[in-house]
Amino acid sequence: MIEDRLRIGFIPLVDAAALIVAVDRGFAADEGLVIELVREVSWSNVRDKLNIGLFDAAHLLAPLAIASSLGIGHVKVPLLAPFMLGVNGNAITVSPALYEAVAADADGDLGDPSVSAQALARVVARRRRVGAELLTFGMTFPFSTHNYQIRFWMAAGGVDPDRDVRLVVLPPPYMADSLSSRQVDGFCVGAPWNSVAVELGIGRILHFGCDLMARAPEKILAVRAAWAANRADVLKRLLIVLGRASDFINNPAHGDEVASLLAVPDRIGVAPEIIRRTLEGRMRVAIDGASRIDADYILIGRDDAARPEPNSAAWLYAQMVRWKQAPLSADALATAQACFRPDLYDFALGAGAMRRRAPSDGVGAFTGPRFDPADIAKYLAAF
Amino acid sequence: MAHRMERRLFGMDSTLKIVIVDENPVRAAILADGLREAGYTNVTHIDEMTNLLARIYTLDPDVILIDLENPSRDVLAQMFQVSRVVKRPIAMFVDQSDAAAIEAAVDAGISAYIVDGLKKERIKNILDLCISRFHAFARLREELERARTALSERIVIDRAKGILMRIKKISEADAYALLRTAAMNENKKIADVAQSVVTAAELLK
Repeated sequence: MIEDRLRIGFIPLVDAAALIVAVDRGFAADEGLVIELVREVSWSNVRDKLNIGLFDAAHLLAPLAIASSLGIGHVKVPLLAPFMLGVNGNAITVSPALYEAVAADADGDLGDPSVSAQALARVVARRRRVGAELLTFGMTFPFSTHNYQIRFWMAAGGVDPDRDVRLVVLPPPYMADSLSSRQVDGFCVGAPWNSVAVELGIGRILHFGCDLMARAPEKILAVRAAWAANRADVLKRLLIVLGRASDFINNPAHGDEVASLLAVPDRIGVAPEIIRRTLEGRMRVAIDGASRIDADYILIGRDDAARPEPNSAAWLYAQMVRWKQAPLSADALATAQACFRPDLYDFALGAGAMRRRAPSDGVGAFTGPRFDPADIAKYLAAF
Repeated sequence: MAHRMERRLFGMDSTLKIVIVDENPVRAAILADGLREAGYTNVTHIDEMTNLLARIYTLDPDVILIDLENPSRDVLAQMFQVSRVVKRPIAMFVDQSDAAAIEAAVDAGISAYIVDGLKKERIKNILDLCISRFHAFARLREELERARTALSERIVIDRAKGILMRIKKISEADAYALLRTAAMNENKKIADVAQSVVTAAELLK
């Protein structure tokens, strides 16, 4: 067999699982792919190295691929997403002090994001009255689902994320430290960092991302559009390999093996137990042992989650417009939708079966209007 | 401010305010020295990553240089956002037309951001200087690494010689010759054979 060498960048997060398992469990080698996985420290690096061709493909924030294709925030380089590496997987974690404050102001079940968001609004209003500093929240990147999720949640309670709180970018490995040193009062980040904060006893998970949106597009396999065209055969084999790795991960019999593959220091580098519980959606939300189980906490290819849907891209673009990162235009919407390529996915892995539990508008947000890619202006006006 | 603008128009780049964001003090010093030698006297080094944006806004730099090993690079991405904390737009120096420049910079391990509106030709030499300084630092680090490896190899060979001299009751020269012959026969480095001797001796203790 012909061997093809690929360099693929990733950030140490649980949703890089399919890539890591594909390489370290030998699925890539079976398809004649010799893949060098390069662990990176920032999304900016991953994007730049992909853009200039130092990487053939990358584990990337889904909205960042759209931003790159639109030329927002940086150099315009058209990127494609032929495979979703992760759907969901984020959580909102707050400091014990903020949790107490929100709980004291909650009018109903704090597990309901509408209740917690309204409670947050009351905390924010009270702090303003007494002249306290603005609450500060961390998220991982301006073009990230984390940013859009935490904004969506706050806004649902009447908190303006640009005026009523301070929303700052923090690299995930710094999240827990920043919470314990009280530089932030809460954050929205992916696995395993919420669990890390809980285990350290410095944070409490307030919501899983799937409490806010039933299916939020999170990480993609990103490739340059030109690369996808020139190396269609290699891409196809790469997608086949990722499909196999996802199936392997979702077989409960492989739980321990997957967790130990991902846990090694130059891959994700956290305790296998945390990774295993994350993949099972069985997470402690507080140090006192309270835990929650939600099978939808993170989806690595399960229930057709790996198939990229242009509807998801349209939703992400709508969030960019909502928070004034991008102007609304039909062209930009079309460009965003064209980033997500179910045709390439189907070409490699066969047409997807009907999703068993997909929400009717593809996203399933806990509140707000039904998402309609055909009329984003009307959708946004309804908030 | 008007005064500064005017001086800029007359090409006195020494007034440019440059911020280096780097947690590695040696590399930052090498870079800062290079910039000063080239006439850029207004250079500040930030090595503390907490509240990075606030520090940068306080310094109000014209050029920001950050190493690619620094996770806080993503924090800078926030400066491109339309938000109340932004005082003025910032753009990455290497834009669309500079594929070669961005490649050279990323390859060297550095990223540069400049204030929008600053003519890029005018800071081209800053970036070129940074790239060569970053390469110089990488070479320095490699040399250090090689020196360290050489030292640890010598230590392990000395230990292996000592073990052989004790067990086989031979001279130091003979012990070394024995290691060298074994290495040649097995097509290995002497240090690797020495390491096996040391490991075996520990196991047999």
